[in-house]
Amino acid sequence: MSEVKYSKEHEWIKLEGDTATIGITKHATEMLGDIVFTELPEKGSNVEKDGTAGVVESTKAASDVYTPVSGEVVDTNQAIVDDPSKINQDPENSAWFFKLKIKDKSEMDSLMSKDEYDKFAKESSS
Amino acid sequence: METKKTSLFQLHQDNNAKFVEFAGYQMPIQYSDGIVEEHKFTRNHSGIFDVSHMGQLFINGSEDLVSDLEKIFPLDLKKLKLNHSKYSFLMNNDAGIYDDLIITKIEGGFLIILNAACKESDFEILSKLLKNKYKMVLDEKRSLIAIQGPKSVEILKDVIEGVEDLNFMTGNWFLFNDKRVYITRSGYTGEDGFEISVDNELADKFTRKLIEKGAKLIGLGARDTLRLEAGLCLYGHELDKGKTPIEANLKWAISKERISKGDFIGSDIIIKQLNDGVQKVRVGIKPEGRIIAREKTKIFNQSDLYIGEITSGTFGPSVNGPVAMGYVENEFSKKDTKVFLEVRGKKHPANICGLPFYKKNYVKGVN
Repeated sequence: MSEVKYSKEHEWIKLEGDTATIGITKHATEMLGDIVFTELPEKGSNVEKDGTAGVVESTKAASDVYTPVSGEVVDTNQAIVDDPSKINQDPENSAWFFKLKIKDKSEMDSLMSKDEYDKFAKESSS
Repeated sequence: METKKTSLFQLHQDNNAKFVEFAGYQMPIQYSDGIVEEHKFTRNHSGIFDVSHMGQLFINGSEDLVSDLEKIFPLDLKKLKLNHSKYSFLMNNDAGIYDDLIITKIEGGFLIILNAACKESDFEILSKLLKNKYKMVLDEKRSLIAIQGPKSVEILKDVIEGVEDLNFMTGNWFLFNDKRVYITRSGYTGEDGFEISVDNELADKFTRKLIEKGAKLIGLGARDTLRLEAGLCLYGHELDKGKTPIEANLKWAISKERISKGDFIGSDIIIKQLNDGVQKVRVGIKPEGRIIAREKTKIFNQSDLYIGEITSGTFGPSVNGPVAMGYVENEFSKKDTKVFLEVRGKKHPANICGLPFYKKNYVKGVN
């Protein structure tokens, strides 16, 4: 069983065992516009909950990508570095950003469910 | 101060525009297609830009006016033919740039197109310099619509016959719905195109006609990526009061004859800089990787010494890579000089390059 949760910084996180896959939400891509540059954390590095773990840039501006949980980066998605427009096309599936081996599953508890996030995104954009 | 709306506001809304406040106006930054698609559509087809926020300054006068304007602008206005346009700038005594502009000789005087953010102060500066001798109108009753891209001539001539005969940087009066519109063949995207000055009441109807014929509305976001690829300056970025036309590499826009006389505002500094050279100069900068170096990014030389700053930087959709302009110390301004751009604490290699980044290829079937 996998569960998907969402952060206030508009990341999604899917947990399978102790491996978490993290990306940015469709709502985030709609706010950003066309993404033309992506920077990902280095494989083997450690990232801390709510710390920066990458950058996305649209034609307009650069935005940090935060990690909603702590862990060691075990994989990154080179495909979105080579072609950042993939993030606009399929943000919540094939255009994931990085995978973490997480330390503390309880960090997931404070994150939002799909319904909670949808409500949050709607409110924060209005 | 309440933000102003242009006459096309409803049309922008109907086309799902995302708005931003720009120079006191509610302007569309992009529509549903997004900046990259809008940019490419302009390059390959025809894009419509609402530039009604820009100033349309009409000054009435004859020979006296020509002489008085020559004291202000470094142009041969006496030789400027009726309905011909020139790119120029309004400068202070130190040749610092108050604004860059397009001046066109029309019947009974001149039409000057000014940047939105500068138009009010330009008006005051010019009124003072011209000592209120002439009738000057910063016309808020007219909209300004640009149509840019290779299909623009076909589209516009279907709406207003005869525009196809205009040469680049010339204009004329035409009729639309029995009202006079002033059209110039010009623009700021690096594409063939036109700018149309039309009564506010007709702006919406006119623009809808262009859309009917296949042109699409394009936002300020793509306008910025288009002008940057074309190597064109944007006031407040490449140009401001702290920079001169020589530093901005705009020498081509200054009349040689006027320099030899040296009798216009800022001419002392211009002549000095032409003779002695400048400390800093505007250049094109091409990052080696995909990294985007935005405005205020610091530029370093190979010995890690600070040599300048980026003034505009983005991703160029037609170049399919990052592009930037900035100012560097003169000795590092040569083409192919290797420099480093500090982005998020890391130095990234880049090269000084010629401008524009994108030059129109008129061969059919390419891109």
